[in-house]
Amino acid sequence: MMKLSLKSNWVIMLVFAVVVLTAPLWLTPIGANYPDLLQKFAIFGLFAIGYNILFGLTGYLSFGHAAFLGVGSYTAVWSFKLLSMNVIPAVLFSLLVSGVFALLIGYVSLRRTGIYFSILTLAFAQMSYSLAYSVLTPITNGETGLQLSLQDPRVLDAMAGVAKTEGLPSTNLFGQIMSGYPGFYFCAALLIIGFYISLKIFRSPYGLKLMAIKSNQTRMKYTGFNTRPYLLSAFVISGMYAGVAGALMAVTDPLAGAERMQWTASGEVVLMTILGGVGTLIGPLLGVGIIKYFENIFSALNEKVLHEVFSALPDGLENLVVSVTELFVGEGWHLTLGTLFMLVVIFLPGGVMEGVTRLITAGKRMLGIRASSGSAGDEK
Amino acid sequence: MSKKQTTQQQRRDFLKASAATGVAASVPLIFSKGAYAAEKFRNDPGTGKSIKFGFNVPQTGAYADEGADELRAYKLAVKHLNGEGDGGMLNTMKPMSLKGNGVLGKKVEYVTGDTQTKSDAARASAKRMIEKDGVLMITGGSSSGVAIAVQGLCQEMGTIFMTGLTHSNDTTGKDKKRYGFRHMFNAYMSGRALGPVLEKEYGTERRAYHLTADYTWGWTQEQSMKDTTEALGWKTVKTVRTPVGAGDFSQYITPVLNSGADVLILNHYGKDMINSLNQAVQFGLKDKVVNGKQFEIVVPLFSRLMAQGAGDAIKGILGSTNWNWQLKNAGTNAFVKSFGAEYGFPPSQAAHTCYVQTLLYANACEQAGTFYPPEVIRTLEDFIFDGMGNGETLYRGADHQCFKDVLVVRGNPNPTSQFDLLKVEQVVPRSKVEYDPSIFGGELGPYKV
Repeated sequence: MMKLSLKSNWVIMLVFAVVVLTAPLWLTPIGANYPDLLQKFAIFGLFAIGYNILFGLTGYLSFGHAAFLGVGSYTAVWSFKLLSMNVIPAVLFSLLVSGVFALLIGYVSLRRTGIYFSILTLAFAQMSYSLAYSVLTPITNGETGLQLSLQDPRVLDAMAGVAKTEGLPSTNLFGQIMSGYPGFYFCAALLIIGFYISLKIFRSPYGLKLMAIKSNQTRMKYTGFNTRPYLLSAFVISGMYAGVAGALMAVTDPLAGAERMQWTASGEVVLMTILGGVGTLIGPLLGVGIIKYFENIFSALNEKVLHEVFSALPDGLENLVVSVTELFVGEGWHLTLGTLFMLVVIFLPGGVMEGVTRLITAGKRMLGIRASSGSAGDEK
Repeated sequence: MSKKQTTQQQRRDFLKASAATGVAASVPLIFSKGAYAAEKFRNDPGTGKSIKFGFNVPQTGAYADEGADELRAYKLAVKHLNGEGDGGMLNTMKPMSLKGNGVLGKKVEYVTGDTQTKSDAARASAKRMIEKDGVLMITGGSSSGVAIAVQGLCQEMGTIFMTGLTHSNDTTGKDKKRYGFRHMFNAYMSGRALGPVLEKEYGTERRAYHLTADYTWGWTQEQSMKDTTEALGWKTVKTVRTPVGAGDFSQYITPVLNSGADVLILNHYGKDMINSLNQAVQFGLKDKVVNGKQFEIVVPLFSRLMAQGAGDAIKGILGSTNWNWQLKNAGTNAFVKSFGAEYGFPPSQAAHTCYVQTLLYANACEQAGTFYPPEVIRTLEDFIFDGMGNGETLYRGADHQCFKDVLVVRGNPNPTSQFDLLKVEQVVPRSKVEYDPSIFGGELGPYKV
């Protein structure tokens, strides 16, 4: 009989799926349960999981992953414009195109390691950004961004006899409109599939080889392994994840802009992964949650809201507290995020996940060795 | 017998229960897009005591100064709508339905967001306002790229968007939307208004060099200025696109020196314009004599905030603007007075257009007697109003563009204060800048979404 361990794939997948699908419920108390933010969590979660396969396992720090995100978005919007408003072809084409794109960039960039690799990917991404921003304007519509229009051919939809709408058509999955909560569940489904693949990779001999590259590539080469194919395939896989994430951005909001490819967007996914915990399965997702929450909720707080929050305090103190905290919300949300990032990197080099592990260990010690891991989990 | 009855009973119950479940399960669909039942619409305040507006402005990036001033104006507008403060333009607007007790008796509240002058961020912020905060109307922004992106989203969502600062022809041209309204003038009108003045000042034999912000606004303004100046007989030497937020424009300005051009047209705005103009002056362009003529710089879209940032560089430079605080009319006086009393300095054109837009939306709701967007839109379409600082103004129904007088201004050579930076050179009457809406194409789309 197989013993059902807490760490078996199926238990992890089940818990993960339940947590993701019930996100609208448990995110309610912190004000993050609206469709757009939930979609962002799922989309960037997928992006970060994919990025972690490259950075977390092989240790290759790519500074240009946003390029694949952008390519995925543009491909998806073009699929909406030319083929069909159905999201399936859009996602499939994005997967394919970003994969090919990653193969080309990876083939060149992976000739170098360390900082040179990072710079190469950064250069390629900035090149793609500049191309999308100005040179390739007929394909990308430059700064304004690629948008749907009523004149688009949509060949497959026309063949299937989909009636033309008076306004712009919506993206759909065989009739189910992909905005709001249905859009989130579609993204969530892909996130769960993506997480499963990543889990399988982490726990496979293939994943082990990727980790071996991280710990000592030279030694691995001497034992007779050719590391290039492993590296390139990891690069392409993570590029495909980014492409699908980009496609999902277009699915939930059919528009693609060049700023998605900018180096700041590439930097964001690096921050997310490091903040959450490099090389851990769940870490990048935690990082995504924290950063996106700050970006969307903290940036929207203003003086008025703060006064409401601190209204219980005496007047003079209230004004003082509000004037201090005001620096860290609204347009100052970058400041809060920066401070948090610094604290995490200095005190928890392994990211938030290291904090969680430490808490569990501390909890176990406090409860004595006999305590089960379940009750220790409650401690956090 | 009784047993049979029970099973029948059970089956009925089961049928009823499943029917109820079916209805319950389909409830969320009513709230999804395209399913307004009768008068149902997104974020209907119903019997609630308050309504919410979403102020989506750039708080970071090249247009942050404009965004900050927009937000000041919005806060002032909310005050006035709720009957606080001195009422501002509520006292001068005609026709006027607002009573100073909120809108339709509901108190006005607001939420804010940062567009970062990026389409993606602006749409995410607008979505948050619609989905989470439940706003009835979104307004703001200081970039046409953002305005067009948010306008498209608002059309899909069925939420009215009153644009902030957007000057591209596309906003109410090829990308116009039923749910988007623009009070600001556009690049085409700037060209039409500037044409005669440029001819008078600089003659008909000039060679123009364009530096253009590389996005929808820059492109359409460059086109409009090219059309205008070429109609005067000027030649266009070259048009160069520069990225938004470039910071350093020296690499673009150096080639101007040896291009043989004698006019530089800066299709830049915000901090970009401040930087490019300052650098052009530092490179000595203004003191140059080319082809036997004094070298001139033209900034087609001017604002006092930019003039403040650019300092001495703007002296004598011609441009156009939507509104200026030094205009002498009742609406302007009322607005400048209450803005000055609140913040201690005069408002910019960005503040003015945003303030007016908020009042116009509120007034349309009050007049229509409902917040139901299609009705509000119908009220705003072809609405004629006065007393808002620009004289009699028409909100044209065919493209949701406001038509009013356009100001040609010149950087004041002898300013009397730090705000007295632009001198109104000429008020170009509305009839001179009107055009046929069909020249830009585009479709407004449906009333009901």
